[in-house]
Amino acid sequence: MEERGMNERIKKLRRQSVDTPARIYMERADLMTDAYKMYEGSVSVPEMRALAFKYFMEHKHLCINDGELIVGEKGDGPQKSPTFPELCCHTLEDMHVMNDRELISFKVTDEDLKLQEEKIIPYWEKRSIRHKIINAMTPEWRDCYESGIFTEFMEQRGPGHTVGSQKIYTKGFLDYQKDIQDAMDKLDFLNDPEALDKQNELKAMSIACDAIMILGKRYAAMAREMAEKETDPVRKEELLQIAHNCDVVPAHKPETYWQAIQMYWFVHLGVTTELNPWDAYSPGRLDQHLYPFYEHDVEAGILDDEKALELLECLWVKFNNQPAPPKVGITLKESSTYTDFANINTGGITPDGHDGVNDVSYLILDCMDEMKLLQPSSNVQISKKTPQRFLKRACEISRKGWGQPAFYNTDAIIQELLNAGKSIEDARRGGTSGCVETGAFGNEAYILTGYFNLPKILEITLHNGFDPVSNKQLGLKLGNAEDFKSYDELFEAYKKQVRHFADIKIRGNNVIEKIYKEYMPAPFLSIITNDCISKGKDYNGGGARYNTSYIQGVGIGTITDSLAAIKYNVFEQHRFTMHELMEALDHNFEGYPEIYNFVANKTPKYGNDDDYADEIMESVFDYYYHTVSGRPNVRGGTYRINMLPTTCHVYFGEVMLASPNGRLAHKPVSEGISPEKGADVHGPTAVIKSCSKMDHLRTGGTLLNQKFTPSVVAGEEGLDNMANLVRSYFSMDGHHIQFNVIDRQTLIDAQNNPEEYKDLIVRVAGYSDHFRNLSRALQDEIIARTEQSFN
Amino acid sequence: MNFPNIINIQKFSVHDGDGIRTTIFFKGCALNCWWCHNPESQNFAPELLYNAERCTSCGRCAEICPQHGIKEVNGQFLADRTKCDACGTCTEYCLNNAREICGQTYAIRDLIKEIQKDQMFYEESGGGVTLSGGEVMLQSPEYIEELTRQLHKKGFNIAIDTCGYAPWENYERILPYVDTFLYDIKLIDPERHKKYMGQDNVLILDNLKKLSAAGATINLRLPLIVPVNTDDQDIQDIISFLKENNIRILKTNLLPYHNTGNHKYEKLGEEYKGVTFEKPSQERLEEIMQQFIDAGFTNIKIGG
Repeated sequence: MEERGMNERIKKLRRQSVDTPARIYMERADLMTDAYKMYEGSVSVPEMRALAFKYFMEHKHLCINDGELIVGEKGDGPQKSPTFPELCCHTLEDMHVMNDRELISFKVTDEDLKLQEEKIIPYWEKRSIRHKIINAMTPEWRDCYESGIFTEFMEQRGPGHTVGSQKIYTKGFLDYQKDIQDAMDKLDFLNDPEALDKQNELKAMSIACDAIMILGKRYAAMAREMAEKETDPVRKEELLQIAHNCDVVPAHKPETYWQAIQMYWFVHLGVTTELNPWDAYSPGRLDQHLYPFYEHDVEAGILDDEKALELLECLWVKFNNQPAPPKVGITLKESSTYTDFANINTGGITPDGHDGVNDVSYLILDCMDEMKLLQPSSNVQISKKTPQRFLKRACEISRKGWGQPAFYNTDAIIQELLNAGKSIEDARRGGTSGCVETGAFGNEAYILTGYFNLPKILEITLHNGFDPVSNKQLGLKLGNAEDFKSYDELFEAYKKQVRHFADIKIRGNNVIEKIYKEYMPAPFLSIITNDCISKGKDYNGGGARYNTSYIQGVGIGTITDSLAAIKYNVFEQHRFTMHELMEALDHNFEGYPEIYNFVANKTPKYGNDDDYADEIMESVFDYYYHTVSGRPNVRGGTYRINMLPTTCHVYFGEVMLASPNGRLAHKPVSEGISPEKGADVHGPTAVIKSCSKMDHLRTGGTLLNQKFTPSVVAGEEGLDNMANLVRSYFSMDGHHIQFNVIDRQTLIDAQNNPEEYKDLIVRVAGYSDHFRNLSRALQDEIIARTEQSFN
Repeated sequence: MNFPNIINIQKFSVHDGDGIRTTIFFKGCALNCWWCHNPESQNFAPELLYNAERCTSCGRCAEICPQHGIKEVNGQFLADRTKCDACGTCTEYCLNNAREICGQTYAIRDLIKEIQKDQMFYEESGGGVTLSGGEVMLQSPEYIEELTRQLHKKGFNIAIDTCGYAPWENYERILPYVDTFLYDIKLIDPERHKKYMGQDNVLILDNLKKLSAAGATINLRLPLIVPVNTDDQDIQDIISFLKENNIRILKTNLLPYHNTGNHKYEKLGEEYKGVTFEKPSQERLEEIMQQFIDAGFTNIKIGG
C-alpha cells in the first residue's frame, strides 16, 4: 500500500488510520445505559441527555496516539465505532452480521455480545427511537418503507446535517455558558407558556458545556502526564504544547492556528458522540475560519506553511480515524460506506461577497492531494470570483482519479439559499455538506429524511397501484397500463401516485421529527447552532435559525427515459402496444428483443441535449418539486427537495422489475441527476446541457457524476478542458459536478484482484469510497458508467 | 442549393482547433489517402454501413427492407447497393446496431441550431465550430458560404479543416468569415502524392500559397506515416516549400499515424491498403519536431 504524508509523523499516523480494521466500541453504550439508569425520570429529558453526555465525557477512555498533534478519539484508539442504543438497539443477530459481512464490517468480540445481551438489549430494546418510530408508523407507511418506495434516514441515526460555523473560533464554552445564563435570566415565566421548557433546555446546554470542558481538561492532564514520562525532548515539548492547547480550548476561544484546529476537533467529537447525526459534523468553511489564525501566527513568527500543512494533515487523519456508525438493514443499503460525510468546502466567497480563496485554501488542496483519504470529503466551492489558478489546482487533483475534490457552484448555492429564505450573509456563509446538500452552515438544521424512488412509482402506476415485487397494493387504483389512452393520461396517473406516496412519507416524517424533539434533544449541538440559545430551543425542536426537511429524489434518468420510451414508442410511433410492453417488462425483456431494441437503442434519452427527453425530465422534476417543496414540517420550517442517491440507487433498483427504458430487473436505477448508464452518447457537453435544464436553484442540491479516462484530461489542455466544463456548467446554474478519472480496464482489474487495489478510491455519489468496499453491483455500475472521451 | 451530407456532429471536440468545439464532418472527398481513418467520408452520397461482427444473421433487416434489397451472402446480410436508397429502415429494426446510415442532410438553420447548443462551452473555453470531413471545401460552395456567413455573424469562431484539394474560389468565398484554416500537407513529391492520395498536389500547394498571401491564419497539420513521408528528405521538402513561399504558419501539429480506422473498411466492404503502415517512433517524432524548430517554426505539437 502506498505511503502518504508529508513526513514520517504523518505517514505513521496515516498508516495506523488506514491499516486498523473498524470495530464496535461498546463503552459508549455501556456508560449511557448507566447514566440513563441513574437519571431517567428524575430530571427533564434535555437535562438527562446532557447529564448522560457529561457522564460519558467524565468516564470515557482517552487516547493520545503516538506522534499526533491534534488529540481526541471517540474510543480508545482509531477506528473504534461507538453504538447509540438510545437510537438503534442492535440485536445480537445485527452484531453478528456486522462482524461477518464482507463489506463495511465491524469487528465484534464475545464480550461485546455478552454486554449487548445482558445489559444493553434489556434496557434499550423498547426504549430505542427505532422501536418508537416503527411502532408509530401507519401500516401503509411500513409497507411502502419495506417495499423500497422510500427510505427513512432517522430510524438508526440522528437528524443531520450539522455543519459548523465560525462561532466556535470566536468564543469558548465558558463564554457560551454565560450566554446561556443570560438567556435563562431573560426567561419570562409570567407571559411565556414555554418558559419552563426553555429553562430545561438551557440548563441542559449549560451541562453540555461542562461536559466538553471536562473532556478538554482530561486531555490536558493526560498530555502532561505523558510529557513527564517522555524521554524524547522534542515529543516532550509537543505534549506540553498539546496540554497547553487543551487548557485553552474548548473552555476559551482559541488563540492560535493549532488551538483553532484542536477546538474544532473537540467540538466534532462532542457532536458525534452526543448523537450519531447523518454526515457526522463538518467544519464547513475551514479555510475561512482558520485564515485569521494562520495570518496572525505567521506574522508572529510561530507558524510557517509546512507546520500549517502538518497540522491539517493531522486533522485529516483524525477524520479518517472515525468510521461512520455501523448501519444495518435498509439504512446500510442506502448508505453502504465507512465514510461519515464530513465535508469541507474550500474557496467560495466571504460573507461580505469577496472572493474567499486564501492561503489556507491552497494548503487544504495540498493536504487533500497528499493525504488521499476517504475522510474528510474534501471539496471546493467555485464562484464567478474564484481565481482560475485555484480552479485549475483543484482540477489537477481531481484528475488523479479518486473523485476528490468535487466541485460546488457557490453562486448557485447562494441563490438556492436565498430562494429558501436565508439572509444574504447567511447564504454566503453556507455551502454543501454530506454529498451535495445545501445549507446555511451553523444556522440551519436541514434534515434529510429519506430517498424517494421515482421510477418505482411508475412501475406501480403501470400496475394499477399494485407493487409486483412485494405483491402489495401500495398505490391508488387508477387503472391498468392498457387503460391509459394517451401519454397525458398516463402522466396524470403517475403524478397522482407521486403525491400519494409523498403524503405517506411526509406524514411519517412529521411523526418521526416529533419523536426526536420529544425524546432525543441534542443540547451540545444546540449550543453551537444559531439561534438555539436565544430561542431556548433544541436543535431537534426548531431551535435553529432555519429548519428544513428534505426528501431526496432518486432515479431521474431512469424515470425520464422510461416515460420517453412509452410516449415515443407506444403513443407516437406505435411500434408496439402498451400490452406488449407490459409483457416484455414482466419477462425482463427475455423473448422480446424487438421491443428491447426500440426502447434501449432507438428512443430519445435524457443526457443528450435532446429536448424531447429533457422536457419529460423537467415535467417530472417540476411535479416532484411542487408536491414536496413548501409544505410545513413540525419544526417551524418547510420541506424541500434535492436530487442525490448516495448508494440508494442500487437498492432502489433491486426492488424493481425491468423498466420501460430497457433497464433490466433488479439492476440499479440512474444515480443523482446523471443520465441512465449508457444513455448519453453525445459526450459531456450534452450531458451537462441536459442536466442544466433542471432548475437546480429550486433544489437543495443535485449530484452529477462524470467519468473520464485519464487520456482525456492529460496535459495543460486537459486541465483547461476540465476547468472550462466546470465553469460552463456553473454558468448554467449547475449545482455540483464531480469527476472519476480512471480507465475501465483498471476497474475491471481491481474488481478481479481487490487485494492489489486496496488503495483504489473512486467517486461513488457525493463521496468517494474504496472500490474494494463497494458491492459487486455498485462496482459493475461504476464500470458501466459512460466513459466520456475527448474524440 | 445542394445540401451536403453530414457524417457526424462531434461535440466536445478538443483536438480540432482551440478550446471546446463542435466539429461537423462532411461527407465526400476528392483524395483517397491509403491511411484514411474515415473511409466512409470519401464518398459524397449517403451509404449504409454494415458491421459483420455485430450481425447475428437473424434476417430481420431483409424482411423489413422496403426495397427488398438485402440479401444473405455467406451468412452476411449485405445491401444491394443499386437498390439501397439509404432510407434507414433496416437500421431501426436491427437488434444489434450492426447497420447504420452514414450521411444525413441538415437545413442550414437546423445545423446552426445544433451548433448553438454548445455556445456556452465555446464562450467559456475560447472554442467554436470546426468544419471538417471528408472535405468541407468540396461541398456545395453556396451552402458552405451561407453557413459560414451566418455563423460568423452570430459570433462563432470558425475553423476549416481541409486537405487543400478544392477550387480556389471556394476558399475565396468564405475567407471573410473564417478564423482559422487547419491545413493538411502530406508530401511535396507530386508522384508519390498521386500514388498514395489519388491526386497530385499542385492544387493543394497552390491554394496554400494563396491563403497565406490573403492573410489567413493557418495551422499546419502534418500526418506522419512510415514509410510514406517521414524521411529527412520529405520533411525537409515541406519545410523548404513553406520557407521559399513565405507561408506563415501559426501552429504546427505533427499527427502520428494510427490504425483505428482499419475496421471501417470492412464495414464498407472495401480493402484497406495501408496494412503495412506504421507510426513513427517517439524518437523520430522528436527529431522531426526538432527539424521544424531548427527552421524557425514555433508552436509545434505532437498530436492533435
